[in-house]
Amino acid sequence: MNFLQTIGSGTLHLLRQMGGMFIFLLVSLYHIFTPPFKFKVFLRQVRFFGNRSLMVIVLTGAFTGMVLSLQVFYTLRKFGSEALLGPAVALSLIRELGPVLSALMVTGRAGSALTAEIGIMKITEQIDAILAMALNPLKYLVVPNIVAAILVFPLLGGIFDLVGIYTGYVVGVKILGLSKGTYFSQIETFLTTEDISIGTVKSLFFGLIVSWVCCWKGYTAGHGAEGVSRATTEAVVLSSVLILVSDYVIGTFYL
Amino acid sequence: MKRLEVFVGLFVLVGILSLAYISVRFAKMELFGMRGYRVYAEFVKVGGLKPGAPVEIAGVQVGRVKRITLTEDYLARVEMIIDHKVKLQKDAIVSIKTKGLIGEKYIEITPGGSEDLVAEGETLRETESAVDIEEIISKFVFGKVQQ
Repeated sequence: MNFLQTIGSGTLHLLRQMGGMFIFLLVSLYHIFTPPFKFKVFLRQVRFFGNRSLMVIVLTGAFTGMVLSLQVFYTLRKFGSEALLGPAVALSLIRELGPVLSALMVTGRAGSALTAEIGIMKITEQIDAILAMALNPLKYLVVPNIVAAILVFPLLGGIFDLVGIYTGYVVGVKILGLSKGTYFSQIETFLTTEDISIGTVKSLFFGLIVSWVCCWKGYTAGHGAEGVSRATTEAVVLSSVLILVSDYVIGTFYL
Repeated sequence: MKRLEVFVGLFVLVGILSLAYISVRFAKMELFGMRGYRVYAEFVKVGGLKPGAPVEIAGVQVGRVKRITLTEDYLARVEMIIDHKVKLQKDAIVSIKTKGLIGEKYIEITPGGSEDLVAEGETLRETESAVDIEEIISKFVFGKVQQ
């Protein structure tokens, strides 16, 4: 009897979580389009997600491009088609690695901080204070983050792709001895605008997912320091898993 | 707070520029539409030719394939955009070629000798379809290649 009870309450808890998260998303999305618009807060969140992540994005992009070039070259040489190094690097960066890795990096850097910030505001009753002033806390804490993340993620993905393609070029041409013209001219023949739109669509979704999950986890943080730390961990894990799952799902839609 | 706006603006600019650079430089996105005039050609078989493939004369790119459709009598109708500076004769030969043995398909135009030039939207009559390498190999294997 106890066993059944555990299953039942677990299922109910899961359903409540999922329902709560979804309602939270819908309400937040609704509030994007209703005044008052907090433009200043939005700008600050763009800086929080974007400017502050620039360094880590450039760094991870550079090393991703370099290692990709190195490993793909090694594989292609077995088939004697080193000439396709450029498209292989560019396509995997633009379609997959750019959006996914930049989203994962931003989750670790900004998403966790966001959850912790909102979580601490909650346990120190600052959210209640905003409510007591008859203001809508979603307007200040959630909506600017969602809009900023949706704007920023594709841009970060683009920067990641570009840095990766050029560092891949440096490794392929300067170190591995591929001819200079081949790399870029092969990219030009194989890359289409559709590839770029896939990468951008993925980034848009990842921006929504990360800001949504991180805000929700902060908003529903438990009691005390332990509650906030657990909420932060859960936010990062759930965001990362959802990024990878939705990456696959969007990828199958677009083949 | 002025600095906040500057930095955010700078970030957004860098991001948009890198996306635009990738689109225009690598994916050849046409910002103002393709410039040139339209010419059609009908083929029995286009075998692997794709929109965006280059159109060349003597190995120099003079245009691109815009779209490929099927006509009522089951021919492949290829729409090409040719650079305004390049004039084509009405008897120019349009053929589908392959770069390397298994490379991508492109269109090679061999200029004709006619005085009449092709105008916008006209169809070139002389065409040569894609060479099907598999077919040639199978003919070779089964000994039907003419000596």
